[in-house]
Amino acid sequence: MDKVIGKAVTRVEDMRLLTGQGKYIDDIGTPAQTFQAAILRSSSSHANLVSIDTAEAEKVPGVKAVITGEQVKKYLEPFSVGVSAPVHYYPIAVDKVRYVGEPVAVVVAKSRYIAEDAMERIKVKYEALPPVVDIEGSMEEDAPILHENVGSNIANHRTFHYGKVDQAFEEADRIIKHKYLFPKYTATPVETYGIIANYESSENQYTVHANFHGPFVIQAIMAQALKIPSNKLRIIVPKDIGGSYGIKAGTFPYMVLLSVASRIAGCPVKWIEDRQEHLSASSSGTDRVTYIEAAVKNNGKVTGLRMKMIDNVGAYIRAPEPACLYRTHANSTGAYDIPNLHIDAYAIMTNKLPTGLIRGYGGQELYFPLERIMQRVAFELNLDPADVIRENLIKKEQFPYKTASGGMYDSGDYMKGFELALETGKYEEFRKKQEKARKEGKIVGVGLACIVEPSGSNMGYITVALTPEERAKSLPKSGCSEAATVSMDPMGSVNVRISTTPSGQGHETVAAQIVSEVLSIPADKIKVVAELDTSTSAWSIASGSYSSRFASLGSSAVFYAAHKVKEKLMKIASHQMKVSESELELRDGAFYEKNDPTKKYALKRAAGSAHWNPLSLPEGMEPGIYETYYYSVKAAEPPDENDLINSSVTYGFVADLVTVEIDPDTGEVRILDYVTIHDAGKLLNPLIVDGQIFGGLAHGLGGALYEELVYDNKGQLLTGSFMDYLCPTAPEIPNVTIKHIETPSPMTPLGAKGLGEGNTMSAPVAVANAVSDALTPYQIEIDTLPLSPNRIWTLLNQAKQNKNKEVTV
Amino acid sequence: MKPAKFDYYRPKDLPEALSLLESSGFDGKIIAGGQSLVPIMNMRLATPECLIDINGLQDLNFIESDDRVLKIGTMTRQNTVETSQLIKDQCGLVTEAVAHIGHLQTRNRGTIGGSIVHADPSAELPLVMMALNGTLHISSEDETRSVKAEDFFLTFLTTDMMPNEMLTEVHLPIWKGRVGSSFQEVARRHGDFALVAAACQLELDAHDRISDIRLALGGVEAIPLLISDAKELLAGERLTDAALQKVADVVAGSVEPESDLHASAAYRTQLAKVLTTRVVHQAYERAKGSAVCP
Ligand SMILES: Cc1cc2nc3c(=O)[nH]c(=O)nc-3n(C[C@H](O)[C@H](O)[C@H](O)COP(=O)(O)OP(=O)(O)OC[C@H]3O[C@@H](n4cnc5c(N)ncnc54)[C@H](O)[C@@H]3O)c2cc1C
Repeated sequence: MDKVIGKAVTRVEDMRLLTGQGKYIDDIGTPAQTFQAAILRSSSSHANLVSIDTAEAEKVPGVKAVITGEQVKKYLEPFSVGVSAPVHYYPIAVDKVRYVGEPVAVVVAKSRYIAEDAMERIKVKYEALPPVVDIEGSMEEDAPILHENVGSNIANHRTFHYGKVDQAFEEADRIIKHKYLFPKYTATPVETYGIIANYESSENQYTVHANFHGPFVIQAIMAQALKIPSNKLRIIVPKDIGGSYGIKAGTFPYMVLLSVASRIAGCPVKWIEDRQEHLSASSSGTDRVTYIEAAVKNNGKVTGLRMKMIDNVGAYIRAPEPACLYRTHANSTGAYDIPNLHIDAYAIMTNKLPTGLIRGYGGQELYFPLERIMQRVAFELNLDPADVIRENLIKKEQFPYKTASGGMYDSGDYMKGFELALETGKYEEFRKKQEKARKEGKIVGVGLACIVEPSGSNMGYITVALTPEERAKSLPKSGCSEAATVSMDPMGSVNVRISTTPSGQGHETVAAQIVSEVLSIPADKIKVVAELDTSTSAWSIASGSYSSRFASLGSSAVFYAAHKVKEKLMKIASHQMKVSESELELRDGAFYEKNDPTKKYALKRAAGSAHWNPLSLPEGMEPGIYETYYYSVKAAEPPDENDLINSSVTYGFVADLVTVEIDPDTGEVRILDYVTIHDAGKLLNPLIVDGQIFGGLAHGLGGALYEELVYDNKGQLLTGSFMDYLCPTAPEIPNVTIKHIETPSPMTPLGAKGLGEGNTMSAPVAVANAVSDALTPYQIEIDTLPLSPNRIWTLLNQAKQNKNKEVTV
Repeated sequence: MKPAKFDYYRPKDLPEALSLLESSGFDGKIIAGGQSLVPIMNMRLATPECLIDINGLQDLNFIESDDRVLKIGTMTRQNTVETSQLIKDQCGLVTEAVAHIGHLQTRNRGTIGGSIVHADPSAELPLVMMALNGTLHISSEDETRSVKAEDFFLTFLTTDMMPNEMLTEVHLPIWKGRVGSSFQEVARRHGDFALVAAACQLELDAHDRISDIRLALGGVEAIPLLISDAKELLAGERLTDAALQKVADVVAGSVEPESDLHASAAYRTQLAKVLTTRVVHQAYERAKGSAVCP
């Protein structure tokens, strides 16, 4: 059989998705007597809950129950959090509301229409409290406090010191610094959250169907909150999830809320979130203020970095936050060889929607200040930004490269990738064109960004939020386990069961490719089952679809599970053929004797004997063919006592070059060209790869130019619908050129690294750098996003006025 | 996001529709393409007790012309308007404007009348009606009347129509001679409502002097804003940079936009200036290039 891994085969999922036969949460049948839920949400950003009067709502015909926080609380403990601050987070407001959109009551009724009718009749009395909306404002002495028992709005604070930072700064020729703000934005999957929860009192068990995609460590958190043994919380994830981009990790508080609603109402309850709820109350990316300082030599070499990062996790810190601060901890110095690093990390709380995973998680927040400061270094030293990047990139010979904060970059050739970006984007030529264009009054610019794309999170990284002393008190956490099961039935057909809960990335296709190649069976004969059922699937705490972990971890589990099957079949064949295993090879669905190809034994027959004729098996062998492999990586060790942590398993590389033109009259930014070079190790399916890159880039361009969850100074959300929350659509996507280089990862059996988040991390800053480059004649610093025409024009206008003032003075 | 309960009627003809409208009083609402009404009902910003669906009124779906006046029935879909050669030939400003409304999918459903009656201050069709001073034909059970666009739009989402009245057709004057027009807007994304939009139509004499001009702006006030000074400033002259600058200054002085999430008042004022110069200039160049009528 030909090689299948690495081929651009089309996706097996597409047939059902394109013919309307996908099985999403809303397509799943519900038990008889399932009721529908609607959730009443807080209209106030910060207030004491004085009273909730549900009497009128309960009278509406068709209403089964109206449930408030007071009732729900009886069945719950607060969710546990990964920080030492005692934040009490329930999935519904009790005593107090802390953000607009926070659940206040759940109406369970015959239909969603009736539930919404009843919802309008609930009377809630709020006693307004002053809101906290500003990141740094939340840390001020006299700031109102969200959680009185925490005593401040700071949920987590850690400092890290790696190398000789002070010395680097003392010996620097220049210190270049600035403050940047990465805004709050979100992921907007077409399918919103959806849950069908059913409490069975006979078993004291909750069965919850939900489009939740892990990490499944949260299963334990949910069970703990529900005060039941974890095997009494059965979670079933449908085979199709209509996009997530991380946000569906945040489905979990609602899974718990609906579970309790089912228990109180005494019936199965279904809830499909609507778009307004999704924008105001699901989850979002983390907005961050960064103060960054670079110690720089006159040739542009950066010798040390200091970063103070303040993450706004919203009204409650909830799992897996404050992970946004630490997911990129190992790659804090990006693609650069910077040995000295100081980080001062805060997670603070404000009266806004709580945050969580969003594609790129932590990456865009990190690279925005980092790549902006690299450009600023170039501008201040009068160097070409490309030369500053060259001066600092980690060299090919340095791999595997140990970063200041403990990362182990597995492989790469950054210079090659970067030069390919410059060449493909015709950098030198553009610089000449730019000079000419400027003389004609045009505003054009080129932006560069080099980023490291971490994938396959080490579960230990989250514990960096704790001090080494705090960590020592509990069980160490490490690894990145993922499981897969490959089985063969009596007729020799193959089923593969994965626990990576795909949300459109094509895991079924790639899993089939891998098993096809290992077992030398055509891929279309292999059935991949993507539904996950915590009561019957093989899974572990890291399972799920986040942190680009399928290519690095999921695929490896599939690979090794298939190998286990192959080994067993080989043993059977060897036994039957009376030839040693080393003399056998598997091809075209049969074991052949290497020295005598006329002697063969069909794979199907081997499988058949395992089921039909167990007595023919080698001594001591179990019947059946059903192999599960749990995969983890050695490099994913827990953080050490010096806070060194290899937070991810593999590290890919992305180099972007983007050119823009700005309309001087309207401030509109037009992207002329976008070049992106990726090194994700060995590519498992280039077709899927490019699809993922386009998607990640669109999300990144959203962050750069369009998307922001805007709140006013009272904490009211101003972007509550798609009319105001602007996602880029097809016409907004520019010309894109994607190229690949492949330096295989030594960490994974197939050499693959994760991918699909890279441009979400790089595009916001690449575009910001291009805009800033275009605006150099006006001395405008781009220090926040998105780059709306209003923002650009205002900056330009101010710059022009300042210039005029200079002239008149 | 589910609407409150409502009754639904689907009349077969105009008299039945008008009678239903009359009997439902203030509680009735017409639904045409539903592209504005359905979202606001789903958000419960509107809770009409009675919906009168006029999609069955095929008589109100037409495009006609008698060479003086272009007539379009209220139920004509925006996409039909956009692709009509007759409209393109006789009133190209409409064709150019309609392409900016939402997306192909929304234009397939959305009607010309629905957009005009909805009267969003940034919407394209109300702006074109104002720019060309079209006429709205309105019926109730007892009366049929017509009203000029300049008198039709009252304020934000509010028109001169009574709850028992229905728009049936719109009339646009057809300009003859050396005519040029231009429609431009700045929106955040393709298909978004304009931050500011501008529409201009003008006529030239044989010496390239402007003999007539209409200029209007959307998104700067509660209703489309007609710049009535434009004619005074520009008529009788060839278009010069200085003249353009003058109109732009007049526009900047006369608009009083509001600030919102996407655009500050200052930015909207800037856009009003920029788009004014762009549409007047483009309309002028197009008129110069046109031998006969556009
Ligand atoms: C994604 C999206 C993008 C959009 N972008 C734009 C845009 O860029 N520019 C823009 O202008 N619009 C935009 N719209 C709105 C769209 O143009 C609507 O089609 C239009 O505003 C209303 O037309 P309709 O036929 O759908 O009317 P409906 O929604 O059915 O009705 C709108 C209002 O008009 C009333 N009405 C309708 N017909 C009559 C009649 N004959 N007599 C009396 N009252 C009547 C209704 O009672 C209602 O109050 C967008 C809509 C969507 C969903």
